[in-house]
Amino acid sequence: MGNSSSMLTQYDIEEVQNRCQKLFSQQEIVSLYERFFQLDLNAKGFISADKLLSVPEFAMNPLSQRLLKMDGLNFKDFVAFLSAFSAKASVQQKIKLIFKVYDSDGNGKVSFNDILEVLRNLSGSFISDNQREKVLTQLLKEAGYSKDSYLTLDDFIKVLGSSGLKMEVEVPVD
Amino acid sequence: MSGSQEKLKPSSSELDLDRPNIEDYLPSGASIQEPHGKLRLSDVLDISPILTEAAGAIVDDSFTRCFKSNPPEPWNWNVYLFPLWCFGVVFRYLILFPARAIVLTIGWIIFLSCFIPVHFLLEGNDALRKKLERVLVELICSFFVASWTGVVKYHGPRPSMRPKQVFVANHTSMIDFIILEQMTAFAVIMQKHPGWVGLLQSTILESVGCIWFNRSEAKDREIVAKKLRDHSQGADNNPLLIFPEGTCVNNQYSVMFKKGAFELGCTVCPIAIKYNKIFVDAFWNSRKQSFTIHLLQLMTSWAVVCDVWYLEPQNLRPGETPIEFAERVRDIISVRAGLKKVPWDGYLKYSLPSPKHRERKQQSFAESVLRRLEEK
Repeated sequence: MGNSSSMLTQYDIEEVQNRCQKLFSQQEIVSLYERFFQLDLNAKGFISADKLLSVPEFAMNPLSQRLLKMDGLNFKDFVAFLSAFSAKASVQQKIKLIFKVYDSDGNGKVSFNDILEVLRNLSGSFISDNQREKVLTQLLKEAGYSKDSYLTLDDFIKVLGSSGLKMEVEVPVD
Repeated sequence: MSGSQEKLKPSSSELDLDRPNIEDYLPSGASIQEPHGKLRLSDVLDISPILTEAAGAIVDDSFTRCFKSNPPEPWNWNVYLFPLWCFGVVFRYLILFPARAIVLTIGWIIFLSCFIPVHFLLEGNDALRKKLERVLVELICSFFVASWTGVVKYHGPRPSMRPKQVFVANHTSMIDFIILEQMTAFAVIMQKHPGWVGLLQSTILESVGCIWFNRSEAKDREIVAKKLRDHSQGADNNPLLIFPEGTCVNNQYSVMFKKGAFELGCTVCPIAIKYNKIFVDAFWNSRKQSFTIHLLQLMTSWAVVCDVWYLEPQNLRPGETPIEFAERVRDIISVRAGLKKVPWDGYLKYSLPSPKHRERKQQSFAESVLRRLEEK
């Protein structure tokens, strides 16, 4: 795929579509490509954390630091990440992305500490560390897990599958 | 301010100590319903609303849209139009541009040959010197406007020199200043620039009473605020012109107005400027091109067509804070110039947002969790 031209060929688009299981239309992929170029100012072919942080709406988000670990995303990865937010994505695909955000070391297991870290990002200094641990331990117990359990993707699907997950972002198409 | 990739750092000045609530403007579809009921594990693991907001910002955000250049649509796409377009290019670059450059040079010669003697010979006679320098500055600005074939339509009463009165306008490029200045010699507050622009600033523009600021210095704000106040009180100072956005925006959106101009205890006269995009995109994207290139681009376009509206003077209403006043005036200007308002501070171009906003989100999440813990 050419890195400086803004013209995507039919082949390029189809390749990307296959990578994200056809969750985006061709128009949407073209729009995303333009957006990718806005975020990749130096035309290096991947998004830099700095450029993402210069979007104030993103920098304000409590999970921005965690998401920034996706530094170095090329266009295909970019689309694959965003495909979970397509209206056509299944609940399972959405939960898979949530799992990935929790599982920062990518070993397929989410530990007590992983969840604690995300909770810390979400609540900041407004809940003490102690209280967070207490709350999480209690919630895990009520759901049938313990503090030492490792949650897998299947566990996530079990817990979140029935909660009517809504996670959709519309790609603006000119 | 040329296109360099400087690392953004959190701003040290109190960028957003007191501003209207951003949450009122941002799309908050996911966070409208307050979750209720006893807290369960799924509630804590379900980060979908926050992830959705993050993805929304990644896909499209109103801040980036403010600074996107909008070049006119290319229309030379077929075999008949292309030669016409080529002819147009030749005409613009080989006939219009040299003619304009000559006009501009003549203008500079006339200006300098009058300005330099007046400036030095009339050192003692301040009042006369000021008057003449004012006329000369208006003259050279008219030459500039002519050099882009500027077609400016002014609407509304021309500004007059009165104390306790400031003018504010939306900002698209440094040429805003030139277009307004050819009609009235304002004293502008601007960022000090390097290069030849800076030279002009420190010599000629000083004579009309312009004030400089430096974005990157935190203490600078107070110093500048004092200078503004002093200037606006003086009876025979040139009227003060302020661009409260603090940065160039692409003439389709308006960013938050800084309150500095609105707490001087003066009448504020809004000015709205709208460029006609069919002829040229007048937005100066200072990160992408230097002012020289921007000027050259204008001088090789067909024309710069714009409307300037001098709007009804506004005063601080009883019980209104300067920020509310600034927002009200921004409203007036945005409506007149057809601009969409966004809740961002223009200075976010140069530094990261303060952690306050993130903290507010964290606080509301924390409170919701703690509250639901109590519920049975």
